[in-house]
Amino acid sequence: MAIMTDGTVPARGTSATKVAFFNDPKVRSLIFQGLALALLVFVIYSAVSNAVTNLSNQRIAAGFGFLDQTAGFGISQTPIAWSESMSYGRAFVIGLLNTLLVAVVGIFFATILGFIVGVSRLSPNWVISKIAYWYVEIIRNLPLLFQILFWYLAVLAAMPTPRNSYSLFGLFFANQRGITVPKPIFEAGSGAIGIALIVGIIAAFAVRSWARKRQAATGQQFPVVSTMIGLIFGLPILAYLASGMPVSFDYAQQGRFNLAGGMTLIPEFVALTLALVAYTAAFIGEIVRAGIQAVSHGQTEAGRSLGLAEGRILNLIVIPQALRVIIPPLTSQYLNLAKNSSLAVGIGYPDMVSVGGTILNQTGQAIEIIAMWMGCYLTISIVTSIFMNWYNARIALVER
Amino acid sequence: MKRIVSTLALGAALGLGATAALAQAPSTTLRNIQNKGFVQCGVSQGLAGFSQPDSAGNWTGLDVDFCRALAAAIFNDPSKVRFSPLSAKDRFTALQSGEVDVLSRNSTWTIQRDTSLGLNFAGINYYDGQGFLVRKSLNVKSARELSGASVCVQTGTTTELNVADFFRTNNLKFEPVVFATADETIKAYDAGRCDVFTTDASGLYAERVKLAKPDDHMVLPEIISKEPLGPVVRHGDDQWFDIVKWTHFAMITAEELNISKANLDQMLQSTNPEIRRTLGAEGNFGEALGLSRDWVVRIVRHVGNYAEVFDRNVGPSTRLGISRGLNALWNKGGLQYAPPIR
Amino acid sequence: MTMPNAPTAPVSFTRGEILQAAPPPASLVGPIGWMRANLFSSPLQALLTVVGAYIAYKLVWTFVDFTIIRAVWTGADRDACLDEKVGRSVGACWPFVWAKFGQFMYGFYPLDSRWRVDLTGIVAIVLLVPLLIPSVPHKALNAVLFFGAFPILAFNLLYGGSIINPWLVVLGWIAIVAGIGLLVAYLMGRADGSASDAILKYGAGALAVGVAAMVLVRSGMFAAPALPVVETRQWGGLLVTLVVATVGIVAALPIGVALALGRRSKMPIIRFLSVAIIELVRGVPLITVLFFATYMLPLFLERSPDAMVRVLVGVSVFSGAYMAETIRGGLQAIPKGQFEGAMALGLNYPRMMGLIVMPQALKLVIPGIVNAFIGLFKDTTLVSIVAIFDLLGGMRAGFTDPQWASPVTLYTGFAFAGIIYFAFCYFMSRYSIFVENRLNTGRRR
Repeated sequence: MAIMTDGTVPARGTSATKVAFFNDPKVRSLIFQGLALALLVFVIYSAVSNAVTNLSNQRIAAGFGFLDQTAGFGISQTPIAWSESMSYGRAFVIGLLNTLLVAVVGIFFATILGFIVGVSRLSPNWVISKIAYWYVEIIRNLPLLFQILFWYLAVLAAMPTPRNSYSLFGLFFANQRGITVPKPIFEAGSGAIGIALIVGIIAAFAVRSWARKRQAATGQQFPVVSTMIGLIFGLPILAYLASGMPVSFDYAQQGRFNLAGGMTLIPEFVALTLALVAYTAAFIGEIVRAGIQAVSHGQTEAGRSLGLAEGRILNLIVIPQALRVIIPPLTSQYLNLAKNSSLAVGIGYPDMVSVGGTILNQTGQAIEIIAMWMGCYLTISIVTSIFMNWYNARIALVER
Repeated sequence: MKRIVSTLALGAALGLGATAALAQAPSTTLRNIQNKGFVQCGVSQGLAGFSQPDSAGNWTGLDVDFCRALAAAIFNDPSKVRFSPLSAKDRFTALQSGEVDVLSRNSTWTIQRDTSLGLNFAGINYYDGQGFLVRKSLNVKSARELSGASVCVQTGTTTELNVADFFRTNNLKFEPVVFATADETIKAYDAGRCDVFTTDASGLYAERVKLAKPDDHMVLPEIISKEPLGPVVRHGDDQWFDIVKWTHFAMITAEELNISKANLDQMLQSTNPEIRRTLGAEGNFGEALGLSRDWVVRIVRHVGNYAEVFDRNVGPSTRLGISRGLNALWNKGGLQYAPPIR
Repeated sequence: MTMPNAPTAPVSFTRGEILQAAPPPASLVGPIGWMRANLFSSPLQALLTVVGAYIAYKLVWTFVDFTIIRAVWTGADRDACLDEKVGRSVGACWPFVWAKFGQFMYGFYPLDSRWRVDLTGIVAIVLLVPLLIPSVPHKALNAVLFFGAFPILAFNLLYGGSIINPWLVVLGWIAIVAGIGLLVAYLMGRADGSASDAILKYGAGALAVGVAAMVLVRSGMFAAPALPVVETRQWGGLLVTLVVATVGIVAALPIGVALALGRRSKMPIIRFLSVAIIELVRGVPLITVLFFATYMLPLFLERSPDAMVRVLVGVSVFSGAYMAETIRGGLQAIPKGQFEGAMALGLNYPRMMGLIVMPQALKLVIPGIVNAFIGLFKDTTLVSIVAIFDLLGGMRAGFTDPQWASPVTLYTGFAFAGIIYFAFCYFMSRYSIFVENRLNTGRRR
């Protein structure tokens, strides 16, 4: 840069007596922005022109037309119907659904485990807090891909061959091909169950908000939790009975190679979820610990002096305040988990990156596939951020 | 003062211009190779018998020996070759972009690769077909019994599509388990993730030796596809295409004429006109290719004929134990056939 | 309480001297008391303690048993590690690691050139350790050597080729940029009449030196003292892990500073560009950035760069975007008074940032940088997905060697790689905490 040690450089004028036009902050800002813009345009132009040349050399047609072509390859986990004669576009959608599935399941369990770890770190029990400490240290200091591979090979090694499956009541099976459970088959009329479930959930939350208002107004308490459980589970069961039990189950049978029928969680999914949960929980644990420690000890003491039980102190006083500190970093951990699920490609779980990579190989459409990946991940990031910001705003204490 | 600046600018412009002019000199693949002093050869990342590095990084295998034969023909020194291990994904891009001069990486010759990817297959140095590897304990005798099996397969290959086609045409169900590299695929199969491992038959034999207990596994008799494997070059340089093509043919011709490493000096004294033409004693085919007169002598002396290369790397006496089969010479019941050198 | 007339009053109802405090009950002090408080304070806690201790014991014992007690330490091939051949249940197969050690550390780096890697490592340690220990003097010189000279030296050693040319290229570019900068300053000075010929002389001189260096490089005059080139394809193992992580973090610093300043800039276009780059990169996983660098970058350029260079570009941009947010955090922690003070002194923007704000901000974010380095060190494992063999990739390649195929090979490899990764990351995280504490004492006052 144009700075010299003897300090004689009036690079961007120091004398204020007479200001040249390029020393005017406004003009200069315009110049810099103009330069940046010109650079950007140049970079984009040269990239595009090179891409056009290279693509025509490699005879790859740009554009998303390939998404309609027949894919021709198989996918091992398909949340929606799939056969080899369907299109690349549908294959990519299946990959996206698989990514979302592992992200949602992972976030759910990672939150639970993370809170347990965080609370354990602060436990007065020496053994428990030490275990939590070393859990966090070991998990955080090993690469995630390493852990995913380890879990995958360890899960495979620990499970029996399909012919010697572990079985629970002949309904649930676990073996090297995954965990198999009976598959519900919804026949005509089962729509009522779904409607009942939705109604039950809405009613449960309505009851909760009514009970809260009543408690705030009159102090009377209401058995909220049991009522909610009753509504959410009871209504669908009633609907099931009332509509003549339209759901049957497809049970797994021992086939020639593997169990036939039922629903199977493939080992790649199990291993990936385990690894993501274990890894993210270590980080969430530290966030929870920091959050709880941020609540002043006086709050706990005040709770005790009010005669609250330890559990209620945690639930009613500490955690609501800690959440304020916890939520923002928790959001970024959720996003990390969603992004880290892309490491599925290392063990062959058919997520978006893995399926997209296969499409990329078969078609050579690198630009389109990578753009689709980035677009999907950005959308997931933005949606998660918006949701968590909304939640954060909701729980934030109103400051006086 | 201004003069200083303009003089400097002029000097800089001249300097840059001169180097740019130098770089503009017309170049062919062969001249490039001769200038840099080695052949850059794309190989697989590790396929026993075809291209595999040992722990010191020395490469061996059938595909590797082909590259060494090229180096021998050009430089009379089989060590003047550098290997680029490429994944199935990267291999054609690397060739198209000029990162490698030749791709010798068990790649299947297909019309799509020949035309729309802009490549030239310079011959077939291994006739292959896709097969299945299963555990003996499953008591499977034929691939048609595989309905409901889970199949480990590597992504980015023709095998991934072939296996889907095979199961679909035979109305069988299967569960594909897809991995990015051959190593991951075979490791998962070994760990019990799949009932079946599928790839080119040569690959099945090569990968089987990596299993914890190779003898517990068997290759099923069905071959479900044609997989002609051979070296590949890019479009647009016919001289280099010819060199690669004829290096392969030279090795087959040498086998056909019984010219081997061992009897090479004897053969140089031969009066058989065919042998004399091949070894450059008569005619001048080497220089027509852009090489030297004794190009075949160089290949055989340093690398050997096709039979020697085959036996050394994958033949019955090696761990892979592959018989010649389709890869025997045309006059011995196989498909290997070279146009005459004349 | 003592009584003034105690000696004269032989009969007293109060004690004349203070009693020695009785020891607390045995159940509250010593090991027993500690156990009661920390292990068995309630039935539930006691249960947790017992179950926890059992699980911990099981895990630790499994690890120790596998890696040490049942391990095999010597042998030539898989036979040494097969249960049938040894006649007992075998733990870790360490001969596998010894046999593959070179591959795990260097990849396929040629055997006779591995001293170059070792030498690079030694130089790195010699330069880095004093930089990390706060009490060692000459930090500035040390930093210049480490961040300025060492990368070129490392390039010399690791890649090879001409020994002098890389230095000339770097010096030449610095001189050219400095020269152009000075000439621009001169022209600007002429406009407001404060031009000095000294600047012109210096500028022209620097430009001349730079161009001369470039011409020398082009002429091939210094091609002679050269080390044999070792292509990046032959690199592998821990070498690649460290190279990718180090280059990534060193390149991330300038990228991060630029993006962080851009994000806080008052110029809308620059701010928008910075925000767009940062959020775009942070919103997607590293693996897609690596795919971008590996498969798309070659399309956008005229010549496809080396595979390692592509990965390094991807990693640098990725960690640069995260670094930008770390540094922005540091910038936000600098009180506004510092900026105002700098402006009041009449410093221009580069000087305000370079002399006042950045030194404080960067010092604040050192723990953040170390943490970013830990993250990057772990993330380098992803390069094995785009076919570059780092430590993890080398380990996976080692698994498939038929000579060592045995049931325990896999776990041995995992144990070895796990220990290495853990040792590196744990040490660095301790260091980060140490620095953080040191900084805190400074700021607590």
